[in-house]
Amino acid sequence: MTDITTTDVQRLAHLSSLQLSDEEAVTLSDDIKNILSYIEQLSELDTDGVEPTYQVTDLQNVWRDDVVDTYGVDRDALLASAPDIEAHQIKVPKVL
Amino acid sequence: MVKISDFLGTSAVENVTRALSLARDNERFNAILSLSDDCALERAAKVDAGEVTGRLAGVPFIAKDNFLTFGGTTTAASDFLKNFESPIQATAIEKLEAEGAICIGKANLDAFAHGGSTENSAFGPTKNAYDDTRVAGGSSGGSAVVVALGIVPFALGTDTGGSIRQPASFNGVVGVKPTYGMVSRFGVVAMASSTDTIGVLAGDISDAELVMDIMSGQDARDMTTLPDFFTPSEETTVKRVAVIKEFMTDAVDPEVREITERYVDTLRAQGIEVGEVSLPMLKYAHPAYYIVMPAEVSSNLARFDGVRYGERSSEAKTLDEVYGLSREHGFMEENKRRIIIGSYVLSSGYFDAYYMKAQKARTLLIQDFNKAFDSYDALIGPVAPDPAFKLGENTSDPVKMYMADTMTVPASLAGLPALSVPAGVTEAGLPVGVQIIGQRQSDAALLALAKRGEQ
Repeated sequence: MTDITTTDVQRLAHLSSLQLSDEEAVTLSDDIKNILSYIEQLSELDTDGVEPTYQVTDLQNVWRDDVVDTYGVDRDALLASAPDIEAHQIKVPKVL
Repeated sequence: MVKISDFLGTSAVENVTRALSLARDNERFNAILSLSDDCALERAAKVDAGEVTGRLAGVPFIAKDNFLTFGGTTTAASDFLKNFESPIQATAIEKLEAEGAICIGKANLDAFAHGGSTENSAFGPTKNAYDDTRVAGGSSGGSAVVVALGIVPFALGTDTGGSIRQPASFNGVVGVKPTYGMVSRFGVVAMASSTDTIGVLAGDISDAELVMDIMSGQDARDMTTLPDFFTPSEETTVKRVAVIKEFMTDAVDPEVREITERYVDTLRAQGIEVGEVSLPMLKYAHPAYYIVMPAEVSSNLARFDGVRYGERSSEAKTLDEVYGLSREHGFMEENKRRIIIGSYVLSSGYFDAYYMKAQKARTLLIQDFNKAFDSYDALIGPVAPDPAFKLGENTSDPVKMYMADTMTVPASLAGLPALSVPAGVTEAGLPVGVQIIGQRQSDAALLALAKRGEQ
């Protein structure tokens, strides 16, 4: 399986909010084809009845008190990182 | 190389001034992205005035540029964050500073730590400390090179699939990837959260051990951290080690195998029992990693959207373009490859065949390791199949580039501690490291074992 076309790559790029150029989509589809055919060797492994491992700490439900932690940073310092601000708010192009 | 003890009890301002000047003398390696003279000298003056004391008083160090630090930019070697100045500092940096250490600058890496050669940096590749026509390894390539060049006694790195161990091996320094959860990752740019770890690159084991001792422990700001279990020790509890059969095949450079065998002989001479072990699941660890890691990458990198921080594309007219073009311009090709593969393996219809399958393979891998640890206290093999490769040698073939971490990703997927210890030099003069893998939370025992290997 795994025939990845440039259309597939552009669709995945769209899902990932990446605006790729046409040339990039061509190179990436070749690379991704090679990578997928490499990882596909996993399919020969019998995993019937095996539970998946998502994390390795054995920790479960680590709770903390429901209090605000500002990390010692105030609002202005955080806003200073934003590319465009106005009236203490982050500005983006019109959405609606 | 230099040692931490060389910097203790001397003038911190002089220490920092000397390190900064050495850093500038070695610019041709492109190991450092920024130096923070003002911030570092100010802190040094405080140490000299006795305002800050501790086990690292006046000792300069360098952090990989994916650690958030005050005093300059944190770029993750990307165009996206090229001007980003963090309003917070990583817990690891705070802990080191509380002991008097002084961060003098930031080391180069593959952008967002995606890579195994430090060639994927938006600011150009770092060159190997032993041969400037070869790669530094990666992604903590800059951190390995600044230690190898003797600019600082230690540097911080991150290791998600080998990013501390492999560059340590390529540059003849010690690299420590701790048990998953030993060191807080708060304030470090996330890559693949289920395997991301923070560790150190240093000139020798004792220095690495001291830095890990300071950084380890639970942090309320990183819910995956474990209660502190790390206690440095002179005596190792490791009595039996096994060489990993799958890491010593013909696919591995003969000189690398020979150096590994010689290191094992050294341990044997120290009274350590040596055996051999086979872990059939190792073969599947690498492909599994290249499913799990990009899946987590695609999710973690969603936060870079050009809205709240980082560069926003000046061409963007709509909100979709703010996202799409900022990401298109801010990421390197390898970042985009991983995001797209991640989106693919997580998409409906493929999720079970890839992501779920990989996480099940991970369970089998962990079972394999556990079985080996029934009979042995630590496992040994090379860090990488070859010594440092040539700059540009693997850049056109991503799969070939990925092969450089076949031997490091298994410990990452299983959350195990693993060291890279300098073990010898090839005929061509290239350093080779040996990897020592232990059970979870056996970090101190592994370091104590490695100290015996140094003798």
